[in-house]
Amino acid sequence: MTKRFALGIFEDEDVLLHAVENVREAGVKIYEVFTPFPIHGMDDALGIERSRLPIAAFFYGVIGLSFALWLQIYTLGFDWPMIIGGKPHIALPAFIPVAFELTVFFCCHGMVITFYTISKLYPRWKTPVLDVRSTDDKFVVAIELNEKTDLNHLTQLLRANGATEVNEKEMTKF
Amino acid sequence: MQHVSPVREPLVTGGKTYHDVTQDVCRQVEAAPNVRWMAALAVALFFLGVFFYSVYRTLWYGIGEWGLNKTVGWAWDITNFVWWVGIGHAGTLISAVLLLFRQKWRTSINRAAEAMTIFAVICAAMFPVLHMGRPWLAYWVFPLQNTFGSLWVNFNSPLLWDVFAISTYFTVSLVFWYTGLVPDFATIRDRAKGPIAKVAYSLLSMGWKGSAKHWSRYETVSLILAGVSTPLVLSVHTIVSMDFATSVVPGWHTTIFPPYFVAGAIFSGFAMVLTLMLITRVVFKLEDYITLEHIALMNKIMMVTGSIVGVAYITEFFIAWYSQVEFEQYAFINRATGPYWWAYWSMMTCNVITPQLVWIRRVRYSIPLTFVLSIIVNIGMWFERFVIIVTSLHRDYLPSSWVMFSPSIIDIGIYVGTLGLFFTLFLLFAKFFPVINMAEVKSVMKYTVDNGPTYTGHDPHHKTPQPATHGVPASAPVNYDKHD
Repeated sequence: MTKRFALGIFEDEDVLLHAVENVREAGVKIYEVFTPFPIHGMDDALGIERSRLPIAAFFYGVIGLSFALWLQIYTLGFDWPMIIGGKPHIALPAFIPVAFELTVFFCCHGMVITFYTISKLYPRWKTPVLDVRSTDDKFVVAIELNEKTDLNHLTQLLRANGATEVNEKEMTKF
Repeated sequence: MQHVSPVREPLVTGGKTYHDVTQDVCRQVEAAPNVRWMAALAVALFFLGVFFYSVYRTLWYGIGEWGLNKTVGWAWDITNFVWWVGIGHAGTLISAVLLLFRQKWRTSINRAAEAMTIFAVICAAMFPVLHMGRPWLAYWVFPLQNTFGSLWVNFNSPLLWDVFAISTYFTVSLVFWYTGLVPDFATIRDRAKGPIAKVAYSLLSMGWKGSAKHWSRYETVSLILAGVSTPLVLSVHTIVSMDFATSVVPGWHTTIFPPYFVAGAIFSGFAMVLTLMLITRVVFKLEDYITLEHIALMNKIMMVTGSIVGVAYITEFFIAWYSQVEFEQYAFINRATGPYWWAYWSMMTCNVITPQLVWIRRVRYSIPLTFVLSIIVNIGMWFERFVIIVTSLHRDYLPSSWVMFSPSIIDIGIYVGTLGLFFTLFLLFAKFFPVINMAEVKSVMKYTVDNGPTYTGHDPHHKTPQPATHGVPASAPVNYDKHD
C-alpha cells in the first residue's frame, strides 16, 4: 500500500522538540519522528509511553535465577549426588556465582531479544527511509497525508515552527 | 546558542557540526584501505599464522609441546588467559560504569573499547580451551548430562564458574556492542554508494530508521544493559581470581584477590585502550574526538587503579608476615628474592612506579609518554600474572619437586599469535565498522562543543520558542483550526 507523507526537516533538536509539541497541540497527528540520535524530552513531546522493557528484564532475570538454582540443586543434590571435598550436596554458597551469571545472561539476552522483536528490527536486504539525511544530521517529522489534508496549512505550520524544508514523499510498503 | 561550561573542556573540539561527525567517522569506512592499514594487517596476519601453526602443533602433538611440567601445571597459558580477560575489562567499564556515572566523555571511546573487550575475550578463551588438551570436547564444560556416565559438571568448582562468567561476559558484551552499532550502521547504509555496501550495511543495521519510539527503547535497553553489565564485569575478574583464591596453594589462598584482580584488570585494560586509541586517533585523524582531555582522563583512571594494585602488593606481603604462616611467608619471600626475582621486580617497577608518574600534569597530557607508559603497564600486568602463577607453583611443599619453568617456542608462539589474532580483528573492525559511536557523540555535542553545531538562532532554555523562520515570517497567520 502506498502512503503519502509530509516531511518537515529540522536542523536543531531543540527547535524540533518545540515544533513537535506545537504541531501536536495544533491537532496534527505525527506519524513518526526520525532523528540521528536520541533526544531527551522527545518521549514526552510525542506522548510515547515509558517502555516496559525494564519490567520484562526483571522477569527474565528472575527466570534466569530460578533456572540456575534449579539446575544446580537438581543435578548435584538429587540427580547424581556426589561428595565433593566433604561439603554438603546442596552447597548454596558455592552456587552463587553461577546463579548470578545466569541471572545476568537471561536478563540481558531476554531483554535484547524482546527489544529487537517488538521494534521489528531484523536484517533486511533493503531499508527504505523517508529521508536519508535523518541518520546523518537532519531531524525529520513525518506526517501521513490523506485526501482531506490541507498541505499548504501543514507546510505553513511546520515552517512557522522552524522547519527548514517541507517535502512530500510517497512510500510503498513502509 | 549552546551552553559551554566555563570549567570543563569541550568533549569534541574543532567546532564540528553533526554532519562533520558523520563525515569524519564514515571516511575510513568508505575510503579504500590505505597502505598503512594494509601493512598493519599484513603484520597481524603473519602473527595470526604463527598462532595457527602453534595451535596445530598443540593439537597434533598434545600439550607436551608446551613448557609445562609436573610441578608447574599452569604457566603461560593461564597467565595469558588472565591477562587477556583483564584487558577486556576496560571496555565494559567505559561503556557501562561510566554510562551509569554519566561521564559523557566516554562516548567517543566506548565503541573501540568495547570492540577491544570482545576481541580480548576471544583471545583469552583460546587458552583454557587449548589447555584442555582435547578442545573438540570443550562442550563438556557445559551442564549436559554426558551419555557415558550420567555425571554432571561440578558447580562447586571455580573453573566451572569461569565457564559461566566468561560466556555470559562475552555474549552480553557482544549484544551491548552490537546494539550500539545498529544506528551507526544505518548511517553508513544511508550514505552507501556501492551495491554491496548498501546490502551489507542494510543487513547489519537491522532496518534501523531512527524513529523516536525506537530511540526511546534503545535508551532504556542501553541503561539496563549498563546497569547489569556493571556487576557482571566486576564478577568476571572476581571469579577468575577465585580460580586461585579458593585453592590452598600458598601465595594464591588470599581473600584480597577479587578486588585486587578487578583493579588490576581495569588498570591493564585502560593501558590497552590508551595504546589502541593513541594509534587509532592518529591513523584515522580523529584527534578532535579523542582529545588530550580524554587521554588525561584515562591516565587518571590508570593511576587510581594502578595505585590500588600497588597497595594490594604491599598488603599481600604484610598479611603473609602477619598470618604467621611459614609457607605463606616463604611464598612471598621467594617471589621477591628467589629465582624469579627479576619477574617480581619487573612487575613492581612497571605497575607500582609507572602509574605514579601520571601525577605530573605534563606526563598526563603527553602523547608519547602516555604511549610508552601504557605499554610498560601492559608488560607489568603480564608479569603480575606470571609472578602469581609460576612463583607460587614452582616451589611447592615438597622440595624434591622444586623446578623452574621455561616456556617452549610453542608457548611463545601461541601468546604472540593471540596478539596477531587480536590485532587482525581490531584492524578489520577499524576499517569496516564506525570506530566512534556517531549517534552518542552527536547527542552530547550540543552543550559541550566549543563552537556549536549548525544552528544558533535559538535559545533552548527559553520556554516559549522563537522558531527560526526560513522563508515564512514568524507572524504569518497560520490557521490551525482549519486543519483536520
